[in-house]
Amino acid sequence: MSRSIKWKQNGFSIGLQWLIPVIIVIVWQWLGSLGVISSRILPTPLSTLEAGVKLIRNGELFGYIGDSTRRALIGFAIGGSIGFILGFLNGIVSLSEKLTDTSIQMIRNIPHLALIPLVIAWFGIGEEAKIFLVALGVAFPIYLNTHHGIRSVDSGLIEMGRTYGLTGFALFRSIILPGALPAILIGVRYALGIMWITLIVAETISSDSGIGYMAMNAREFMQLDVVVLSILLYALLGKLSDWLAKLMERSWLKWHPQYR
Amino acid sequence: MASPIPLSNDIETPRSEKPVLVKQGAETAPESSAEGGLGIAVGGAVVQFGQQRVLRGLNVTVAPGEFLAIVGRSGCGKSTLLRLIAGLEKPSAGTVSFDGEASAGLRSDVRIMFQDARLLPWKSVLDNVRIGAPGGDKAKALEALDLVGLADRAGEWPSVLSGGQRQRVALARALAGNPRLLLFDEPLGALDALTRIEMQDLIERLWQERQFTAIIVTHDVSEAVALADRVVLVENGAISLDVDIALSRPRERVSGFAYYEKMILDRVMTRSKDDGSEDGYSI
Repeated sequence: MSRSIKWKQNGFSIGLQWLIPVIIVIVWQWLGSLGVISSRILPTPLSTLEAGVKLIRNGELFGYIGDSTRRALIGFAIGGSIGFILGFLNGIVSLSEKLTDTSIQMIRNIPHLALIPLVIAWFGIGEEAKIFLVALGVAFPIYLNTHHGIRSVDSGLIEMGRTYGLTGFALFRSIILPGALPAILIGVRYALGIMWITLIVAETISSDSGIGYMAMNAREFMQLDVVVLSILLYALLGKLSDWLAKLMERSWLKWHPQYR
Repeated sequence: MASPIPLSNDIETPRSEKPVLVKQGAETAPESSAEGGLGIAVGGAVVQFGQQRVLRGLNVTVAPGEFLAIVGRSGCGKSTLLRLIAGLEKPSAGTVSFDGEASAGLRSDVRIMFQDARLLPWKSVLDNVRIGAPGGDKAKALEALDLVGLADRAGEWPSVLSGGQRQRVALARALAGNPRLLLFDEPLGALDALTRIEMQDLIERLWQERQFTAIIVTHDVSEAVALADRVVLVENGAISLDVDIALSRPRERVSGFAYYEKMILDRVMTRSKDDGSEDGYSI
């Protein structure tokens, strides 16, 4: 009984979340089929869907999604690790902070997408260029939030841990890391957004595979339905990674009253 | 804020009555108390933060198994003294020794309870107590939780507990390793009056059962008189008053109690004898 009520509540809440996207798609289709929006400007959702089905049939779509996802994840792993390690080091060792923080803050304020011409000159249009840009974009939000998270761990808890004989790695694992985790996960969530934005721009400008390439290639042949399809794919992938970040928060921060 | 609520029937407790637990074992040699409380001697201790001297050559000794209360106005250095004994501060001059041996910092048989419970919010109540149990022993942790009457809350997150319950979990964590010295840094300061009295009774009962040495820092003179064998007043970084509380336990908050409470309080407030004002003594 109570389970079915809960299920109904969940269903209602999911329905509410998706209400606006669904309305937009319906209105878009309606305006398109009335001819208010010309298909040369914006294809209707149905024709976009048809393009998608066609691309799935010939196998190109999943190949492109796979290429993009792989770049995104490799770049995220590299940049995220660098940001995490630096943030952790600078949060704990003040010498390391004095040494590197100023440089990091200077580099952080350069829009990383401004480096695209330089990156193409260095790496060409191969994988390295895109992975480099994603890693660069992702590293800073993770660095900042890890650094801030470790700095803001309650010093009373650390003192308590020391009086109970916790030192070194044991202190890190049972007090510092869990205390910094809420801030680190905020950084992860923010970095996931930057990851997709960087990849979209990088793939659109210079690529021979991936979703961005698919869009640019389709534009050359005026296949606007494929262009719209790739934009929608980015929206879905962005939503997917946000959902994953939320899932991480729910399972790792279940002690936190805010995340229950 | 004091809590002079008479808890029990008004049986007269004349202050001439022989003290029961006062200074038991004060004269025993240090080695005979190997499993009991630690004996402490602080000699000529100076602690300073930058230019500011907080303790200026302070001397105090605590007998094994004794319950000492340290009172004083805020900023007088009473918490610093406690942190010095705990090994959290280093003296720039003077010594701290336990059972005759010079202190070398933090010890596993000395536990400290702070004003805030300092529970790890990401660990369950039981796992918090296990931090204090040797080797993280689960059975010992459960036993300690049982002592403070919270065994049924073992699986909960600390965030759902009340302030008094959190302090009881912190007490269980401190007790789980069978400490020989338990230090309390105003642990009841943030609790409401009724919870405080409940906690005072619990601390007194556990101290009598476990025979550890206890030192409590408080600004509440009534709490000091209710709990301690001996009350010392810290003023300007040194001890300026040292009184034995010759009241039997359990202590009734009646005439004899009021005598000590007023005497110490007058001294804290540096009131003269004929100054009869009795108004608020929260410092």
